[in-house]
Amino acid sequence: MGFKDYCFRKSLWVFHFGGASCNNCDIEILDCLTPRHDLERFGILLVGSIRHADVLLVNGSINRRDKDRLLELYRQAPKPILVVAIGACGCTGGIFAEGNTFAGPVDKIIPVDAYIPGCPPKPEAIISGIVKLAGKK
Amino acid sequence: MAVYLFYFLIFPGLLFMAVAGALLSWYDRKITARVQFRKGPPLLQPFYDFFKLLLVKETILPKHGSRSVFLIAPLLGVFGATMAGLFILLPLFGIETGFRGDVIVIFYLLTLPSFSYIIGSLASGNPLAAVGASREMKLIISYELTFLLVVAAVIMKSGQQFDMNSIIETQQTGRPFIGSISGVLLFVAGVFCIQAKLALVPFDMPEAETELASGIYIEYSGPPYAMIKLAKQIMFFILPAFLVAILLNGMNPGINIVWFILKILGVVLLLTLIRNTNPRLKIKQASGFFLIWMNLLVVVAIVLIAFGL
Ligand code: SF4
Repeated sequence: MGFKDYCFRKSLWVFHFGGASCNNCDIEILDCLTPRHDLERFGILLVGSIRHADVLLVNGSINRRDKDRLLELYRQAPKPILVVAIGACGCTGGIFAEGNTFAGPVDKIIPVDAYIPGCPPKPEAIISGIVKLAGKK
Repeated sequence: MAVYLFYFLIFPGLLFMAVAGALLSWYDRKITARVQFRKGPPLLQPFYDFFKLLLVKETILPKHGSRSVFLIAPLLGVFGATMAGLFILLPLFGIETGFRGDVIVIFYLLTLPSFSYIIGSLASGNPLAAVGASREMKLIISYELTFLLVVAAVIMKSGQQFDMNSIIETQQTGRPFIGSISGVLLFVAGVFCIQAKLALVPFDMPEAETELASGIYIEYSGPPYAMIKLAKQIMFFILPAFLVAILLNGMNPGINIVWFILKILGVVLLLTLIRNTNPRLKIKQASGFFLIWMNLLVVVAIVLIAFGL
């Protein structure tokens, strides 16, 4: 792993995109930043602008309206960017998969680097997923 | 000539200030984490962040707005911060004596980073950046008068001496300015001015992550954002150093360097604790705070100085 890559893996800034979720996954993501789980010890920060992001966290089912916005966000993000799909909804569509407005799971729209299944996944699962992502080559 | 380049680029210039600022920003993040009962980032985290932005990430130029100004502004910020730092640190470390009136020059150079952020964010053509820039302007108007009054009071206290070197010498031969009532008042006002200059939490409305999504920096990515981070980190080191120089006795040679580092860490600790225990103010409240209360405080201090207290 080169120096550049090492710095990148050590400092992943996260931008959170909430699709049409039931809101549980959002809360579990916020849990990761609380004192108990503290993602900052891996250098992970939550940023407010997609321009600063290295990781795009997507959770919830993606409906037809979200699809355009997700594509737009992905286009606006400075590359390289990693995409993480969180929750059953993000990975496969979950309970919304048969819905009328469902526009396909995340990986049908943009390339996904890591899947974290669960409904909702525990904060521990999210952390383990992100740490694996950081160690992946 | 070569020696000045060395001063500018290596010690006590760009390289030294960047490393010191990065370590201080780690200290700030670690203290924040400890205050919130978290573990906090590793020591080298600011370096990882900086090199990631500089080497790995792509630069995205805004579609509307002026691209060249957008790209030049962060460099202007780094340049202003480095020059100001140079004029502060050369007399402080006793390398060069500076010149008559350099306190005034330092005062103007210290505003250069804030102005460069304003220019850059307005050049990006993003509406949220424009809101952030207008807030930053109002903030500058509010705290700049207070800061100027603090500098003027220090000049008055040192017996009308306009250069850093004699201000520091006056304190080292006599006693530090903080050891008097007026000095304490000036220190309080100075700490709040620094807090506003660094845009730390009670005064972070130009960035306002939650409502403006990082406001003035919203369009920056990759290397230009790394330059902004660099300017911010340099400011994070030289502003406390400036305060230590004009009020807390500066640095004596020899083993006293430890004492100097402790003073800097103490000032930064104060800034960090203020930032962790306060909510963000509205811009109107911040203006009122500086224009009325802080100015009043400094005027009282100036009156006390006139009476020799
Ligand atoms: S995966 Fe489950 S918890 Fe998460 S948004 Fe979907 S339904 Fe809600």
